[in-house]
Amino acid sequence: MTMIENVDLTLVGWSRAQFALTAAYHWLFVPLTLGLSFILAIMETIYVRTGKEEWKRLTRFWMTLFGINFAIGVATGIILEFEFGTNWSNYSWFVGDIFGAPLAVEGILAFFLESTFVAVMFFGWNKVSKKFHLISTWLVAIGANLSALWILVANAWMQNPIGMVFNPETARNEMVDFWAVLFNQVAIDKFLHAISSGFLLASMFVLGISSWFLIRKREELLAKRSILIAGVFGFLSSLLIAYTGDSSARTLSKVQPVKFASMEALYQGKNNAGLVAMGFLKDSDKKIEEEVIKDFVFKIELPGFLSILTGGDKTGYVPGIIDHVSGNKEKEILSVSEKINRGQYARNVLKDYKSARTAGDKEQVEKIKAVFQDKVFRENYFRYFGYAFVDNPGDVIPNVPVAFYSFHLMVMLGFFFILLFAMAVYFLFRGTISKKKWFLWIALLSIPLPYIAGELGWVLTEMGRQPWIIQDLMPVSAAVSQISSGTVITTFILFAVLFTALLISEISIMVKQIKTGPKQ
Amino acid sequence: MTLMISYLFLQHYWWIIVSLLASLLVFLMFVQGGQSLIFSLPESDLHTTMIINALGRKWEFTFTTLVTFGGAFFASFPLFYATSFGGAYWLWIAILFSFIIQAVAYEFRSKPKNVFGRRTFDTFLFINGSLGPFLIGTAVATFFTGSQFILNEMNQVKWLTSWYGLEALMNVRNLALGFAVLLLSRINSLLYIINTINDQTLNDRSRKRLIVNSVFFLVFFLFFLISLVFSTGFAADPSTGAITLVKHKYLLNFIQMPVVLAMCLAGVVGVLYGIGITVLRKSTKGIWFTGTGTVLAVFSLLLVAGFNGTSFYPSASDLESSLTIHNASSSRFTLTVMMYISFIIPFVFAYIWYAWKSINNSKINVDEMKSEEHKY
Ligand code: HDD
Ligand code: HEM
Ligand code: HEM
Repeated sequence: MTMIENVDLTLVGWSRAQFALTAAYHWLFVPLTLGLSFILAIMETIYVRTGKEEWKRLTRFWMTLFGINFAIGVATGIILEFEFGTNWSNYSWFVGDIFGAPLAVEGILAFFLESTFVAVMFFGWNKVSKKFHLISTWLVAIGANLSALWILVANAWMQNPIGMVFNPETARNEMVDFWAVLFNQVAIDKFLHAISSGFLLASMFVLGISSWFLIRKREELLAKRSILIAGVFGFLSSLLIAYTGDSSARTLSKVQPVKFASMEALYQGKNNAGLVAMGFLKDSDKKIEEEVIKDFVFKIELPGFLSILTGGDKTGYVPGIIDHVSGNKEKEILSVSEKINRGQYARNVLKDYKSARTAGDKEQVEKIKAVFQDKVFRENYFRYFGYAFVDNPGDVIPNVPVAFYSFHLMVMLGFFFILLFAMAVYFLFRGTISKKKWFLWIALLSIPLPYIAGELGWVLTEMGRQPWIIQDLMPVSAAVSQISSGTVITTFILFAVLFTALLISEISIMVKQIKTGPKQ
Repeated sequence: MTLMISYLFLQHYWWIIVSLLASLLVFLMFVQGGQSLIFSLPESDLHTTMIINALGRKWEFTFTTLVTFGGAFFASFPLFYATSFGGAYWLWIAILFSFIIQAVAYEFRSKPKNVFGRRTFDTFLFINGSLGPFLIGTAVATFFTGSQFILNEMNQVKWLTSWYGLEALMNVRNLALGFAVLLLSRINSLLYIINTINDQTLNDRSRKRLIVNSVFFLVFFLFFLISLVFSTGFAADPSTGAITLVKHKYLLNFIQMPVVLAMCLAGVVGVLYGIGITVLRKSTKGIWFTGTGTVLAVFSLLLVAGFNGTSFYPSASDLESSLTIHNASSSRFTLTVMMYISFIIPFVFAYIWYAWKSINNSKINVDEMKSEEHKY
């Protein structure tokens, strides 16, 4: 059977590059929307409660910046949605029955909420009552964060596909349990972690810009009020992000163990495994299945911590990449070659089904159909379906240094933010913040850091799960649309140029608006 | 879920929802139609500002409808999403491109230090306004004229031309519908401008433009409609699913579904009536009739494309690969879940209506433009 005729690796590479490019751009704007919308809602609530005009001025100043960012977030979002069809069409069919639903719900439930009340928020100041305006601002925040929920449910399903059964007749996975898809543990982790990263990023943005006003000795009252909100909100978010990041990692150790081992660069599994706080990797002279094993040149390790995190106590065994590739009988871990066998078995059953179909053998068709419903077959064979496409066992190892460094940098930044926000709150309550020039400069210069942390998070999530587009079920090479690679290269370049131009324009407008400051 | 709703019903239900979203979208593209006029209709900068602000308060809504239409189509008919987007790549990418540049243009155009200057962003609006409706119309026409693709036994698409969708522009009937949709969106936008902007000169100019656009619209639309009625269509056998070519298939569909035919006629009458009262009686309410007419006409065309045993996305190269609402849909379970979710749609309309009413209680005029603080 011609599942994929011949995989054009250039095509796969460029399609991935294009998706990564557009997603990374989208994520430059989304987190600010997620967080700033709540900060606006809090500020406006204070305005309505106290009736003080300065809070209104403040809200309107940050709202202008919100609007500029929002527009470009929308522009980059639409392309992602349609790219599932244009660039990953085989994938869109294979799982469209499950994956499409969250996207549709997102449109119906979240985007309309957001776009309708954004209009009231911008145009309604002198037209609707204070209370209705305030409610609208809150609804924008809720709508934005709801849209994050649905898209993350979809993404989480790809990391941990559950709630569906394969139908040989249509050659696709079909949803059987909506709640399982919605309450996927990965989805919960991802949602909480991603929105708290948005809260944190927006707090950093407000804190950094307010610090600039203090350095310039302009708008000091407004700047301090902003720091109050951003400091407290940011501090809470930074704690939340560490907490949700930790629970994401625990879930990963169960559902995507290879990604987990890779981000820790743990090759050989062990008891009493240590947690590497930081380290540097280099190529060793050992290999596993043609893939060069990386060693630590140097590392700072918390002994036993990794075992405690994943298993509850020090004696827990944490499997490494080698266990997952070569298998480990004692720990009941299958080797990749065994999984390839099982995947091929499942694929052969599907081929038999198709031949029986063509031959018009009704009895055989019904018999094989039943096999696909069978629990044993599903849990032991079909779940490795994607392995039928894997040629070498080593191919299931993602790029370990990428996973390792992106994870560790993100975590280090996470701890840095906790410290930074704690200091901001402390100096503010001591009343000394305007005098701490060095601190104000650090806050200003730290604005890019949450952006970097967030992008690293996605690099870890997405690159760390390679070669899979759907964990264990479908590799990216089988998902791609069969178009000429020249076409994708052309659109890649078009997107890169257009998005970069828009980004430059956006930053320039923002900087100008900030320098102009709040309107009188 | 104890209630067992038939699969057949659900497939029809979702085709109706998707068609409804598409017809609303065509009406809401009055935003695009207006953008295609911004270099020619206004007489002064102030006019331009008024037009852009009148459109700018609605662009998000059109955009969101497009996004929701895409999501709903993906969720209910994933095989269409995979086949058409993955094959007619260039056609869809061109449409998307025109919407990306729109989304930033309103917010950025008059902001200081926007790097590329107001003229560039206005050109973005113009490009989106002209290309968007035209290409969407062309793409929809392929629902009737067919495309060149095959699906393998895993339902994976292979497009047979290296133009990846742009070949649709080589077909006169596709072009006719493309132009018709563009002109219709311009008509709707002129009526919208007459309705929301209080400015005598601008309204007079808009009325003049309305006449010209209507004449051309009728030429293209009637050409498409007549050729549709006489064309051979792609019929699907309800029991075997086999696709065959049937003479006058779409005419038969109209005759066999009289309600749809009535809707189509009512739509056309509505469009003409709205134009008529605007030109002859100087009414400002034309948009309501023409708008409703637009929705009805487009809706009926899409029902003709998908219902009554018809392939809504036919392959001219391999009849067997053609898509119908039965072979392209999601599973019964997914369609059921989504049906429950769709019950929220009326509530969504209700709050949109309420929110709009509360911010649009006065017409746009010169004074309002001077006092409004959030201005594009
Ligand atoms: C809803 C799903 C979803 C979401 C929210 C994201 N991605 Fe993703 N990403 C995919 C779904 C996906 C995908 C469709 O599944 C891809 C395409 C090929 C693949 O392996 O996964 C992918 C690939 C992909 C790659 C290439 C991986 C590789 O080539 O090894 C990168 C770097 C990113 N993404 C980065 C991101 C970033 C920075 C995101 C933040 C917005 C993001 N993704 C959101
Ligand atoms: C591949 C994945 C994604 C797709 C297909 C996608 C799709 C979209 C689309 C179509 C829009 C424009 C909606 C409109 O018309 O208003 C949008 C905007 C938005 N998206 Fe995404 N999105 C993706 C990833 C994400 C993620 C991961 C998040 C958050 C965690 C997110 C949050 C938002 C938000 C808050 C907006 C509102 C506008 C803004 O960005 O400023 N999106 N997205
Ligand atoms: C404090 C320590 C942190 C830990 C322990 C942590 C942990 C993690 C883990 C394990 C993942 C991968 C989840 C997966 O693959 O499914 C992840 C993803 C991610 N991280 Fe972090 N993280 C931390 C801090 C941060 C910070 C500071 C930011 C940004 C400001 C951030 C933003 C993200 C984003 C956007 C993702 C992708 C979305 C997701 O998969 O949840 N993280 N993080």
